[in-house]
Amino acid sequence: MSEGSGLRDNLLLSVDDLRTRFHTPEGTVYAVNGVSYSLHEGETLAVVGESGCGKTVSMLSILRLIPIPPGEIVSGTALFRGRDLLKLPEAEMEQVRGKEIAMVFQDPMTSLNPVLTIGKQITESLRRHTALDKMAINDRTVELLEIVGMADPRRRLGDYPHQFSGGMRQRVMIAMQLACTPSILIADEPTTALDVTIQAQIMELVIRLREEVGMAIIWITHNLGVVAGLAERVIVMYAGLIVEEALVDALYEDPRHPYTAALLAALPRVDRRRDRRLKSIPGSPPNLVVEPHGCPFAPRCEFAMERCRSETPRLELIAPRHKIACWIDVETGAPR
Amino acid sequence: MAATPGPESSVAQLADELEAPPLTLRQLTWRRFRRHKMAMFGVVMLLLLFIYSFAGALFFTEDYSNLTPTELRLKPPVGAHPFGTDTVGRDILARTVYGGQISLLIGLTAMLVEVAVGIVIGALAGYYGGWVDAVLMRFTEAMFVIPQIFLLIVMAKYFGDKIPDISLLGRTFSGSVIVVVLIIGLTSWMYLARIVRAEFISLKEREFILAARATGTPALQVIFGHILPSCMAPIIVSATLSIASAILAESYISFLGMGVQPPTATWGNMLQTASSDFNKIQNAPWFWFFPGLLILLTVLSINFVGDGLRDALDPRSRAV
Amino acid sequence: MGRYVIRRLLQAIPLLFIISVLLFVLMRSASDPVATLGGRSNPRPEERARLTRVLGLDKPLYLQYVFWLIGNDWAKFDADGDGVAETPGQLKGVLRGDFGRSLARRGEAVTKIIWERMPYTLLLLGVAEVVIILFSLLIGVFSALRQYSLMDHIITALAFIGYSMPIFFIAIVSIYVFGVKFQQWGLPSLPTGGTHDLQVGPTVGQTALHLILPVASIAIISIAGYSRFVRATMLEVMSEDYVRTAKAKGLRRLRIIFVHALKNASLPLVTIIGMDIPMLLGGALVTEQIFGWPGTGKMFLFHTIRGDTAVVMGVLMLISVAVIIFQILTDITYAWLDPRIRYE
Repeated sequence: MSEGSGLRDNLLLSVDDLRTRFHTPEGTVYAVNGVSYSLHEGETLAVVGESGCGKTVSMLSILRLIPIPPGEIVSGTALFRGRDLLKLPEAEMEQVRGKEIAMVFQDPMTSLNPVLTIGKQITESLRRHTALDKMAINDRTVELLEIVGMADPRRRLGDYPHQFSGGMRQRVMIAMQLACTPSILIADEPTTALDVTIQAQIMELVIRLREEVGMAIIWITHNLGVVAGLAERVIVMYAGLIVEEALVDALYEDPRHPYTAALLAALPRVDRRRDRRLKSIPGSPPNLVVEPHGCPFAPRCEFAMERCRSETPRLELIAPRHKIACWIDVETGAPR
Repeated sequence: MAATPGPESSVAQLADELEAPPLTLRQLTWRRFRRHKMAMFGVVMLLLLFIYSFAGALFFTEDYSNLTPTELRLKPPVGAHPFGTDTVGRDILARTVYGGQISLLIGLTAMLVEVAVGIVIGALAGYYGGWVDAVLMRFTEAMFVIPQIFLLIVMAKYFGDKIPDISLLGRTFSGSVIVVVLIIGLTSWMYLARIVRAEFISLKEREFILAARATGTPALQVIFGHILPSCMAPIIVSATLSIASAILAESYISFLGMGVQPPTATWGNMLQTASSDFNKIQNAPWFWFFPGLLILLTVLSINFVGDGLRDALDPRSRAV
Repeated sequence: MGRYVIRRLLQAIPLLFIISVLLFVLMRSASDPVATLGGRSNPRPEERARLTRVLGLDKPLYLQYVFWLIGNDWAKFDADGDGVAETPGQLKGVLRGDFGRSLARRGEAVTKIIWERMPYTLLLLGVAEVVIILFSLLIGVFSALRQYSLMDHIITALAFIGYSMPIFFIAIVSIYVFGVKFQQWGLPSLPTGGTHDLQVGPTVGQTALHLILPVASIAIISIAGYSRFVRATMLEVMSEDYVRTAKAKGLRRLRIIFVHALKNASLPLVTIIGMDIPMLLGGALVTEQIFGWPGTGKMFLFHTIRGDTAVVMGVLMLISVAVIIFQILTDITYAWLDPRIRYE
């Protein structure tokens, strides 16, 4: 468990009631259905959930990287340093992306342009957002590659992405996105596509960078194990909604939402008996083509009541810095 | 934490939300095709063109379309001659009717020749591989290198007058029609052969084929009974589009004067005069406009239909 | 890379061999050179016999092919009909650069005849190719960026129409509209025949002016097809992850389109263009007819009709060699442009 920086009250990003939909020939996909959270300077926030729960889409929405003909950001605000990112004109958005808020994606092979050298892909960021001259930009690029642990970076500036290994490519991505020292780094499952050993290295790198640069991090993952080593606070998402938000320790020791509890219970643990069956969550993930009605987890929840099916629970504080969106007390099974 | 597994509630609810029961493959394909507006337009257009050419015969006899009252040469469209007359006085409307019959017929039969040759060569090359494949592919490559029109010209010269006029159903067709069908078919099969070969190579190793071979099914039956039916989709699309290119090829070669010979009319040879006599282009635009327009409409419709078929039969392939 | 080129060139040799044999057999069987050279449809029997001996037509077909390929100056034939072969031939053969002599043009060297016309066709095709590439990219990119807009639908419809039209129809229509009608309506018209205005003379400007309509006729069909292809690849590329990354870096839209996207989208176009050279040549043949452009097209027709095997073989072999070389060049260009292949 790592320590974050002190200034907890320095609010950096405040997202309120974000809703994003996609209009497809098969129907409307309700991807994000009212997500609200905040991020402070230097803080590391983990966003956890299964595939399709809306964690990636909500981040892409903030940066306005959602393709707008099928996609639509229906409502919500995302205040960054006082400006609503969802309403900024595109030209100003371009100044925010890469410079103030950067995003690292999951698959470094497809996320890097195969026909441009890595040097070019890093320098173009610097050229766009800084006023440095060519020499300074080159030096800075080499410096960045050194920081992320590449050997002999000056020589490799002219190499292409396919000439690097997976782990190295992800480091290049990180170097590229950190080039202009953003205040927020959004990392969308950056280690999922990599070997476990490389995963550890990348995480170590990010932790080190965080300490050196002091940036806030939003780390998206479906892997609860990763969360423990990295984050201070965690958000658990399900079907486009946040169901629980807590500090890391509180989440692991005292999960209050049935979904989080079930997730943690499903984790295989070294200290459990091997002959017991693994617990899994019954049912299947929700069909997002249907307009959400009531709690999305209700069909699979062992405590589901009538109220759960008809009324969508709001995210509410139930303990210091611990919120859940649920009508039930998970310990007793009774309404709260 | 509670540990007893509870009763599952809403699988039933989810079932309600599912759509109507799935359709058969044929129904799905037809539905996708119908959604393609351009393809439907193409089908309608083609029907109209067919009716124009074949039902039009009810209004004019072929002899009428071949009449050459030279005192009526190059009359503009008016009254008795809604499309005008050509350089020797023939009524253009009537000629486009009969020309349409020949052009469409040539398109279809050339396609059949081409499909036959293409399938045979592609199947043999794909199925047997090895030196059979190597030789056939060298040959195919050679055919690709030479532009089709050049080959058509040389082959037209080769066949020359070798095929006599034929009389069928009370009408006389110039032998050159057969020649044109043959040479177009023999110079267009390469695309299909390549497609068929690729399909065969990939299907050859599939389990249901290995099973057929393992039970002693003779090669020919495996090829034509098992593998071929599985790759009909791309063949159908390719065959449809090749009708269009056959019609175009016929028009090119007839335009140059080496295709179907008058008095048998085709849309292509009706434009032949334009290739030699510049004055006619500007003074009598009707004689080239109508046949040209008909070629355009026919080829366009076939392309639409082909595009729709491609989408309907294989929606994964990129819709351009 | 060098090894790859050499391998392709070596592969081309059997290909050319097959082509030449096929065509030679076809042409020889198709024509009656004696009639052509004799000048009349029916030369007298002695004349016919003499010509047959002179032209080497009394020899078996394969031998005629061999003579065509490697010449007959090392063999003797019977010139005076006394049954004794005493006169050596005068052909050096194709492999030594001698394509023989034309029948229809009384003994003129084939290479000379072809060379009179080839440069015009090359000019026409060269300009056409540049125009095609340029416009296909522009229209394709524009269409992709405005997907589903009215402009996009109009362009798609026009593209379909464009490649459904026979070339000669496009040519005639453009002559009619831009040549004839514009003149009638008092608008500046485009010239429609030949390479230059006889009164002005063969200047660069004149040639350029006279190139406009023929090039347009050839190019329209290809542009119609390729622009749709570029549109499709652009759409595919624009939805790739690396374009999203580029956006996430806050790069300007123009840069993303032209540097990040187009560089990837234009690669497949290179391959396609290489494969289509034969079609362009075919189009040139027809276009030259209509516009009176003094290229190889009309010449080819002229000589084929008269059964002038030497010239026909010369043109076809030249075309084959050109097509094969161009395809190899295209492959090399592609390999060079795609860093994943270049740095392998």
